[in-house]
Amino acid sequence: MTPPLLSIRDLRTYFYTEAGVARAVDGVSFDVGAGETVGIVGESGCGKSVTALSILRLIQPPGRIEPGSRIEFEGKDLVTLGDEEIRHIRGNRISMIFQEPMSALNPVFTIGDQVAEVARIHAGLSRRQAWDRAVETLALTGMPAPEDRAKQYPHQLSGGMRQRVLIAMALIMKPALVIADEPTTALDVTIQAQILDLLVHLQKEFGTSILMITHDLGVIAETTSRVIVMYAGEVVEQAPVDELFARPHHPYTEGLMHSMPHIGHDQDRLNVIPGTVPAPTNWPHGCRFRERCPYSWERPEREHPPLYDVGAAHVSRCHLAVEPERRNNPHAPLVVVEGVGAA
Amino acid sequence: MPGQTQDSAATSVARPRESPLAIGVRRILRKPSSRVALFVLGVIVLVGILAPLIAPYDPAAQPDIVALKDLPPSLAHPFGTDPYSRDVLSRVIYGARLSLMIGVLATIVSLTLGVAYGAISGYAGGVVDALMMRLLDAFLSIPRLLLLLGVLVAWPRLSIGALVLFLGLTGWFGLSRIVRGQVLALKHAEFVTAARALGASRRRILGRHVLPNLVSPIVVAATLGVAHVIVLEAGLSYLGIGVPQPLASWGNIIQDGSDQIATLWWMALFPGLLMVLTVMMLNILGEALRDAYERR
Repeated sequence: MTPPLLSIRDLRTYFYTEAGVARAVDGVSFDVGAGETVGIVGESGCGKSVTALSILRLIQPPGRIEPGSRIEFEGKDLVTLGDEEIRHIRGNRISMIFQEPMSALNPVFTIGDQVAEVARIHAGLSRRQAWDRAVETLALTGMPAPEDRAKQYPHQLSGGMRQRVLIAMALIMKPALVIADEPTTALDVTIQAQILDLLVHLQKEFGTSILMITHDLGVIAETTSRVIVMYAGEVVEQAPVDELFARPHHPYTEGLMHSMPHIGHDQDRLNVIPGTVPAPTNWPHGCRFRERCPYSWERPEREHPPLYDVGAAHVSRCHLAVEPERRNNPHAPLVVVEGVGAA
Repeated sequence: MPGQTQDSAATSVARPRESPLAIGVRRILRKPSSRVALFVLGVIVLVGILAPLIAPYDPAAQPDIVALKDLPPSLAHPFGTDPYSRDVLSRVIYGARLSLMIGVLATIVSLTLGVAYGAISGYAGGVVDALMMRLLDAFLSIPRLLLLLGVLVAWPRLSIGALVLFLGLTGWFGLSRIVRGQVLALKHAEFVTAARALGASRRRILGRHVLPNLVSPIVVAATLGVAHVIVLEAGLSYLGIGVPQPLASWGNIIQDGSDQIATLWWMALFPGLLMVLTVMMLNILGEALRDAYERR
């Protein structure tokens, strides 16, 4: 068996704040195979974005990747790689698409210039060559009239077009892995679908692996083949996408699914998982989800659950795996109905 | 191809090259007040540059210190003459040249220092930033005029070059504060993180993503800075420790007539008016620049 493209083992990224040590990512392990699309899903504050930034070593002080963490990519450990070498990986072998297409572009340069910059950094192309390549790449992302658009500034473009620019910047070097951090969150729903289609299409064309980070299970269902659910800095469930939607195991995953609004259901209120993610400076002992979990009993309070095998390539960090009868008598509803406006 | 779209209605491709700079310039020119300011400043700068061609007399010549001194404005001497029989109009024209030059050069010195100091402090962050900012606080606690007075009094017969240098050296503290604040904000801007994620080096990030986004506050600070230096230089020259005689600056022309200000009114009025006009126009322009570039 060939080794996976990206292999993360026991990744811990801690932030040393005045309020204490925030263990934002706390022992995360997973793989991404070549050409595969893997989704990471979870609420804000669960550690998914920090995981993404850690892969590219973009964590700034007071945060740091703890020793012992390993991020293996194309035979190199990114955690211990020199600054010069990691720069050669960024944008070249692994690139990233950011959430806010407006603020991720420099307002004072044309978009063609900004796409070309990536090629100038990594391929050592001349200004002219890099520009031509930028226009080609913009055309690939479905940018209309790319030669003219390339000469425009970010503020002259719509949100969807700006996101195409960011995708062009991420793909111009044909990287092996693209990390997409909430790539469609800031966009209109109709544009969201176009951008997702575009990513799937380009992924097939280039054979690029994608790590899709999102809080939106709809995005996961549409684009990924395997899903990692994160909660409180940990992986709590991992499964192939069909398996996960058919048989969610972890109560948190179940809660996320019950929180999805369904078209056709006459709903003017949303289902939510009660409570919020606990503070990363003070994760609860035992199971980190137990305070919000309708099934929790003594064991999750005492014992931090390991990742149990619960099916084919399906793991879950929940003691229900060994005491499944506990699921039959929840002491509270899994999700509650809350006013749309209530935070 | 997937995603050929409605967001891409290719209708608005009409205006390419609409740089933020060009937009700002257009916004400035739309205001009548800033058009006037630009025009007036243009004339004053031109007068300064062309001084040797325009000035009717040699500004330092004392043709007849008995018969031609203290003359009120007349056709031959529109701004009158001074107690040394020198033509005040010619001195005011040369004064424009010198005062503007000192203003611009000293501001260039301040800008260089202020931008470098502020950018390093903001970009380095942490202990370096804290130390540099405390040092700046110390500098800022000394009034600029006092600092200059001290140096200039202790060092008489200062050359113009040294005067420019000192004016510049004492003028960058405020600007470096502004630059540092902007750099701090830019450092965490998403496009800077994006640039890092795409493999840009520190130098490239500073040069391409941070500094170009500082241009507008720097231009505003520079415009207001020139006005400030002109006033300072006039003040110092008036006190007799600025521009040395026989060179003419607006300040030392006023100083030449200062002990007889009631009778030799033309000696204070004309250079004074010109100075007020210049400073006012620079401030109007500075405000217009601020309006144009600093609203986001």
